[in-house]
Amino acid sequence: MTDLTAGAQSVDDVRDGYVAMTRRKRVYGGILLILFVALMAAGFRTADRRNAGSFTDGLHRVLDYPAEVLSEAWDKIADMPANLVTYFPALVETLNIAAAATLVGTLAGAFLALVSTRGLAPWPRLIPLFRRLADICRAVPEIVIALVLIFVLGGGPVPAMIAIAIHTAGALGKLFSEVNENASLKPVEGLQSVGATWTQRMVLGVIPQVGPNYVSYALLRFEINIRASAILGFVGAGGLGYELRNAMSWGQGRYDDAAAIFLLLFATIVIVDQISGSVRTHLTEGTQKGTAA
Amino acid sequence: MTTFATDRPHGALKAGADRLFARKRIISLALPGLVLVYLTYVFFAFDMPGLAGRANWENGRTLISDSFSYKTHVTRDNRTGAVSVAIEGERKGAYPEGQAPDWVTLGDTTVIDLEGGHVVRFGPETVEYDIPGYGTVRATPSRSTGVQAELPSNAVPEWISLSRNRLAITTDAGRLTVTRNRAEVFRYFTGWELFWFTLDSPYHGKSFAQLAGLAASGQAGAIFNDFWTNKMWRHQDVAWAIFETILMAFLGTFGAALIALPLAFVATRNFNPVRSARFMARRVFDFLRGVDGLIWTVVLARAFGPGPLTGALAILVTDTGTFGKIFSEALENVDQKQIEGVQSTGANAPQKYRFGVIPQITPVLLSQVLYFLESNTRSATVIGAITGGGIGLLLTQAIITQKDWEEVAYYIVLVILMVMLMDWFSGWLRRRLIQGGPPKARKPRDPQAKPLMLP
Repeated sequence: MTDLTAGAQSVDDVRDGYVAMTRRKRVYGGILLILFVALMAAGFRTADRRNAGSFTDGLHRVLDYPAEVLSEAWDKIADMPANLVTYFPALVETLNIAAAATLVGTLAGAFLALVSTRGLAPWPRLIPLFRRLADICRAVPEIVIALVLIFVLGGGPVPAMIAIAIHTAGALGKLFSEVNENASLKPVEGLQSVGATWTQRMVLGVIPQVGPNYVSYALLRFEINIRASAILGFVGAGGLGYELRNAMSWGQGRYDDAAAIFLLLFATIVIVDQISGSVRTHLTEGTQKGTAA
Repeated sequence: MTTFATDRPHGALKAGADRLFARKRIISLALPGLVLVYLTYVFFAFDMPGLAGRANWENGRTLISDSFSYKTHVTRDNRTGAVSVAIEGERKGAYPEGQAPDWVTLGDTTVIDLEGGHVVRFGPETVEYDIPGYGTVRATPSRSTGVQAELPSNAVPEWISLSRNRLAITTDAGRLTVTRNRAEVFRYFTGWELFWFTLDSPYHGKSFAQLAGLAASGQAGAIFNDFWTNKMWRHQDVAWAIFETILMAFLGTFGAALIALPLAFVATRNFNPVRSARFMARRVFDFLRGVDGLIWTVVLARAFGPGPLTGALAILVTDTGTFGKIFSEALENVDQKQIEGVQSTGANAPQKYRFGVIPQITPVLLSQVLYFLESNTRSATVIGAITGGGIGLLLTQAIITQKDWEEVAYYIVLVILMVMLMDWFSGWLRRRLIQGGPPKARKPRDPQAKPLMLP
């Protein structure tokens, strides 16, 4: 209830309050800004000090290496098609690692999401457990699992695949469970009323609702996983990254190989990004049409 | 097609429905089938059947047991007769001359009690090992005749390996190796020994209550110093490495955001009418994103050398492309009405941007940047392993030694905690800055909302 007797006074109060609030907000904003700038500057200086080469020295050398690589590759441009063919199998391996890891990770992530969503979980008491499990899977950097597995299983694509799949399962588990929370429970209840098992309820009642979103996120993950798979190759897991490290350790004289690998990786990432981007737009627009109708 | 025309016979309708179902069934079977076919192909492409042969399960066992246990070496040099005791056999973990844990009795005959009746005696000439249920094994090493061993029975059990110059006995209680030059006993313990203090610290072996008492009496600084400079676990270096990793992520993410924001204005249709500049800016973003972080890392490491700055710059360059794309998409979706409203009050161009545009895009931008901050903490670990900086470097170094698995386990735990902490922190900051208050109950998400581009 508004106190009518205080009406005249309240206008001034409101104005003063507003001015005070704006001022306070400005002060807070200013302090935050100063703090942020100071943190950035101090952080940059610390990083610069602890680095082997300093920023100012390195800056004019940034382009030296690409220039060397490119000029040598240009001199041997005739070898380029042959080099591309040589490294194509490595590219296929990198793509296979990413694709298999995305597939396995998506399946595991979908399961993790279903058992950790309220209303869908078959064992509601275990929801926190599965959530923490997904958090941990998400938090472990791929390289940690990959390096440990390389020690046990030997170098090759399998450790990288397992490592990326674990991380993917955690990351997608979280995203999928957010998608699941928006899914309607009515089909699930309907299926339950006719005696469907949990698997049937999920496959027939939930997956059709969330499928397009799942696929969209999984495609996004595939893009990320290609990059991850190239990086893991660099630490010994096979594929393009591994070839890149070898070509680089040969140094000058083999820069045309490095250039071919750079080119393959760049082209693959751009092409996959384009395709998956257009598929994802199609998927999200498709679902929007579906919900609007 | 909503009317069910009555002139069509039921049979035809049913047949049509059946056909539809059949097709759906085939499609819904074909998809898992394709996945299965692909996985089978990968199974053979990755040579999974040969994996069992290549895998080294012995390594796996060492890895797991070593990550939560440690061993103490008791070594006798057969030439001088000197006995030394060292944790993990490392100089950093060696007991001072003439000192030993209570299960080792030093003397003319050193008696090592491995518990459960297992006793090893390093005599002046002969090494004896009492094994319950088996008997006493005697071994006499000499420089001329190698190792002469006497077993209680003629048959050599599989846990004893015996050759002319070497005797090795592995039991549940420990392990004894006798060679010509030395005799060595390993005893295994659970835990991370010397985690707090090394043996040369006066605080080693004190209980927590004792330490608290000492700290209260003014030794807190010395206690912390001994812990901080622990040579075995290098807490100081580890803390710096974690800090470096977070620093890389912080500098890279926010630096990229600061660079990408003005560029994003150039790349949007509604703020930049110059078509060619727009095109250029977009191609720059595509190029930065397309040249993978790995390539940037390699190129930048050449120019700047190993260290946190290189990692920060690699993250910065890659994310500038990503942020540019996200920000320009967000800018294209701003509501023109608010800008017009600000303009109608007589605002000039900077004011128009400051009060008309920035408030609209801040929540989207900030939440994206904070998402990336968390993800980049993980990337910084990986980049650190390649360029050499931060916890990634320590981790790879520890893995390369192939024996410090307890340190590897420690680093992994720290990395997981670090990433989870950053996840929590960025989520907290996101809620504080965007909603401007304590976390509220979760709102159901707008189903029409475009999914965020997540790292």
